[in-house]
Amino acid sequence: MRALCMLLLWPLLLAAQTPAPRSGLEFASADVRALQADDFANPGMLWVARGEKLWNTPAGRSATSCAGCHREAPVSMKGVAARYPRFDREAGAVLNLEARIKRCRESRQQAEALPHESEDLLALTAYVAHQSRGQSLVPAKDVASVAARERGREQYFRRQGQMNLACMHCHDRLAGRKLLSDTISEGHGNGYPAYRLEWQALGSLQRRLRACFTGVRAEAPAFGAPELIELELYLVQRAGPLRVETPAVRR
Amino acid sequence: MLARIQVPAQAKRGEIITIRIAIQHPMETGYRPDHFGRRIPRNVIHTLVVRFAGAEVFRADMGSGVSANPFLQFHVRAEAGGEFTFDWVDDTGAKGSERATLNVV
Ligand code: HEC
Ligand code: HEC
Repeated sequence: MRALCMLLLWPLLLAAQTPAPRSGLEFASADVRALQADDFANPGMLWVARGEKLWNTPAGRSATSCAGCHREAPVSMKGVAARYPRFDREAGAVLNLEARIKRCRESRQQAEALPHESEDLLALTAYVAHQSRGQSLVPAKDVASVAARERGREQYFRRQGQMNLACMHCHDRLAGRKLLSDTISEGHGNGYPAYRLEWQALGSLQRRLRACFTGVRAEAPAFGAPELIELELYLVQRAGPLRVETPAVRR
Repeated sequence: MLARIQVPAQAKRGEIITIRIAIQHPMETGYRPDHFGRRIPRNVIHTLVVRFAGAEVFRADMGSGVSANPFLQFHVRAEAGGEFTFDWVDDTGAKGSERATLNVV
């Protein structure tokens, strides 16, 4: 009987043990939070505005704009960013949002490729992701993503770099503590692309992840590398029901 | 140069209104080196002038101490309807402008 009770209570106990994930916003100072809360003062909104312009501008040999195929982004792109990365049948690979946008740009618009971290790719990604603001992240369920996410999870717990630290050492064990002048957060990616005051610009989640690699003196994978996509996949699952904040403001 | 401005479409006569402008600009200080150690030349928006119905109502002379993507806010008393014009120029001579109409009732 006692065993049965334990079995029945098990899910409840688990829920009680794992505290709800907290967005990086909760670890930010009051002035940074105020900046993110004000859609005019939030400097990331400049990239969103730029993305909206690009969305409506014909480009490439197709002379078609994103709007030419996808119409109104607030309708067609709502919730899209919340379910990336995911497997893309046409590409035969797991793509993050940037990679998905790059594909449309190159193969559908037949326009010159937008380099990683270019202003235009950041602007389009921010604009598309902004349409999902307030929506909970949805981990991909397809077979390829599940396998890739498992590799991302292993990576998250693997020590690396000259400092021999895993992501987990900072973002699970030391969240809320200081690292130099930074407050370490739980390391969730729900606000990206985000405006970091340190960068004085908007940047992608991969840019932030690469900074964490460099921080422990490990070699950072190149933008778009499978290792980074795998980490992104695991971060979505780890972030649980957190909502998209794009464009977030961070220190 | 991309900018966002916020001007209320309508105000009551005598009302004090808030005007806001944000401009996408690196505001390069002139003190930073590039990846090869060469100094990146200073490039900041040094002047921003706002006129209302042709008369200057706000001016900012900015230097390298202003952050990237500057955001400015000021207040004016709405006496009559008219058009706000925003004009700015950076060290490379690149200019930007925006305009917005205010109705006073
Ligand atoms: C010629 C038509 C066309 C153009 C132009 C185009 N796309 Fe697409 N896009 C598609 C098609 C078709 C799909 C695939 C839909 C699917 O797989 O369900 C797609 C998929 C997407 C997706 C993924 C949607 C999802 O639900 O997963 C995003 C994001 C996207 N496009 C963004 C863009 C952006 C940004 C641009 C402009 C740079 C653009 N597209 C231009 C046709 C186009
Ligand atoms: C030495 C400690 C340390 C390690 C190890 C580390 N990070 Fe970070 N990370 C930071 C700091 C400091 C920040 C900036 C403050 C913040 O937002 O947490 C940060 C920020 C982040 C953010 C952005 C959070 C936000 O809300 O903007 C993500 C995501 C992240 N890290 C993921 C990772 C991943 C994945 C790894 C492993 C590859 C990792 N970090 C390893 C210290 C670390």
